[in-house]
Amino acid sequence: MEFTGTDAYLTNPALDAAVRCALVLEKPLLVRGEPGTGKTLLAEAVSEALQLPLITWHVKSTTRAQEGLYHYDTVQRLYDSRFGDHDVRDIREYIHMGPLGQAFQSDQRVVLLIDEIDKADIEFPNDLLHELDRMRFVVTETGDEIAATQRPVVIITSNAEKELPDAFLRRCIFHFIDFPDRELMSRIVDVHHPDLDSALMEQALSAFFAVRGMDRIRKPPSTSELVDWIAMLQVAGIETVELTEATPFLGTLLKKEQDLQAFVNQVSGRRRF
Amino acid sequence: MFYLGLLYRLREADVPVGPTEALNLAAALRAGAHDNSVRGFYYIARATMIHHEGHLDAFDRAFLAEYGNLDWDTELTEELREWLDEQAARLEEISETEAPDVQELLDMFEQRKAEQTERHDGGPYWIGTGGKSQLGQAGSASSGVSTGSSGGGRAAIRIADMRSYRPYRSDVTLDIRQLEVALRRLRAFVREGSQTELDIDATIDETARNAGEIEVVVRPPSRPNTHVILMSDVGGSMFPYTTLMSQVFSATQKATHFKELRTYYFHNCVYGKVYGTDRFTEPVWVHDLLRECGPHYKLIMVGDAFMAPYELGQAGPWSANDNSRVPGIEWLRILGDHFTDSCWLNPEPLSRWHGTTIEAIGEVIEMFPLTTEGLTEAMAHLNRGTPGRR
Repeated sequence: MEFTGTDAYLTNPALDAAVRCALVLEKPLLVRGEPGTGKTLLAEAVSEALQLPLITWHVKSTTRAQEGLYHYDTVQRLYDSRFGDHDVRDIREYIHMGPLGQAFQSDQRVVLLIDEIDKADIEFPNDLLHELDRMRFVVTETGDEIAATQRPVVIITSNAEKELPDAFLRRCIFHFIDFPDRELMSRIVDVHHPDLDSALMEQALSAFFAVRGMDRIRKPPSTSELVDWIAMLQVAGIETVELTEATPFLGTLLKKEQDLQAFVNQVSGRRRF
Repeated sequence: MFYLGLLYRLREADVPVGPTEALNLAAALRAGAHDNSVRGFYYIARATMIHHEGHLDAFDRAFLAEYGNLDWDTELTEELREWLDEQAARLEEISETEAPDVQELLDMFEQRKAEQTERHDGGPYWIGTGGKSQLGQAGSASSGVSTGSSGGGRAAIRIADMRSYRPYRSDVTLDIRQLEVALRRLRAFVREGSQTELDIDATIDETARNAGEIEVVVRPPSRPNTHVILMSDVGGSMFPYTTLMSQVFSATQKATHFKELRTYYFHNCVYGKVYGTDRFTEPVWVHDLLRECGPHYKLIMVGDAFMAPYELGQAGPWSANDNSRVPGIEWLRILGDHFTDSCWLNPEPLSRWHGTTIEAIGEVIEMFPLTTEGLTEAMAHLNRGTPGRR
């Protein structure tokens, strides 16, 4: 099985190699990167390219590891027992598989996406260690063992801002999605603003990367800030931008008071030399 | 194994790699995931050995030091592959025989390294290079290891050379969010007191298991149970770190998982008193503080711990009614001994620690650099529940 991206999802050799490692070693692939770098889309692309079904588990702040395995619907069973029109003796009828359980049970190899694993509690990834390692678990209510016949391709995404437990990290193949370079960024901007004047695009990109490169900026602007900023420039009918203290709509790019101050200091300081 | 030099270089740079990573890389190589090129080898070695973007820069440096004089597009020849496969298979065998002792495996690695040098003259060019530089790595002079500056268009390994991951090194930046995340490690909850909370999940569960007979389960409410004392050095040599300090403070204040948080200030070193404000008003005698706060409080000291040695030896009054003179270092010792868990966070770069008062204070209260990694370690240290001394 070979993955080199799809028509809509462009990869680079580093990402290809990471996916290849995850496939041959049958280990989870952990993808990290700044927001908006296409982490989640990777799983869809892998599923499409390898023609394997995709099972997605969106992790939320309240998600617990158990939910990924299975859920025993005790309330439904109680409800059914009250009216006596269901046979409630078979607990298996009330065991519902979670995303992990479904992926293990599938006859076919599947792609399992565990999206934004960092959103849950700090201990959450540790609770999944064993299941992801062995690709099997036991339903305690029935004693049934759910084991994967075909180890699923597990892709886990996480925001670069948050730390994950070491034990978990060491079990994963790791890939860090780089921030788009200038060329890729201009293609991304093009998708959002197809009718943008090319001169303005160049100027805006130069300004954007110059701001990102500044030392003392705490929260560098990302793709979405750039796209918004260009939208503002277009709405206001501005045709040229230059990086000065009076750069229009700077607040769209830099959202922290401190960063704006640092920016002004650097821009005005540069002029002195 | 030809990549062991890389492995040990990473270990030297404090990147957590070991037998697991080596075996993974071996398996990936055997499966041909490296696409028969040095470039591919770089990518798969990175994917299997590195687990955090904070280590990518260390990986690039290690790779450069190890293979810096290699051509990026060098092909891994058939002959070379066979040799690699053989090596990989041998390593796999080790893993299949019942779980080897880690030390044993490491010893095996050392042995392989010795073999490597013998093989080197007959082997293809770049293994030779790898072998040679491993020699350097193993202790003798590291001569002949180019650092990737071999000029020319196809010079060495360009991506590694760009070191584009420098900004992600986790030992240089510290954001308020990272602080909050680190502080979360300190949380602990207890359920104690009267059982006033209805445990809905357990009630439903028990009721269902009881075939529908209602079974009510109650429990005491969950409350945070961490007490923290934060003491910070202000003024003087701490001035350059004002922003960092304000971040530490706002992150600590925001942390809602502490049952109690006390913040105090001192200047340079603690002498008898600490202060409730950064303008040195609202003084609190240390011995009063110790009487109020039991050893279960977690003490976090923040400061550069950098001062003239005589300042550390300088004496301060024991209390308002007691004139016995106690030097600053003793005050710190009193604090360190009283609290079961204490740590000192220091914004000064590690390179400045050696041979200064920082070292002296570090012997009394465990010292950690005020970086993401340092903070994480410090929090783990506080959670260990062992006395503050090493």
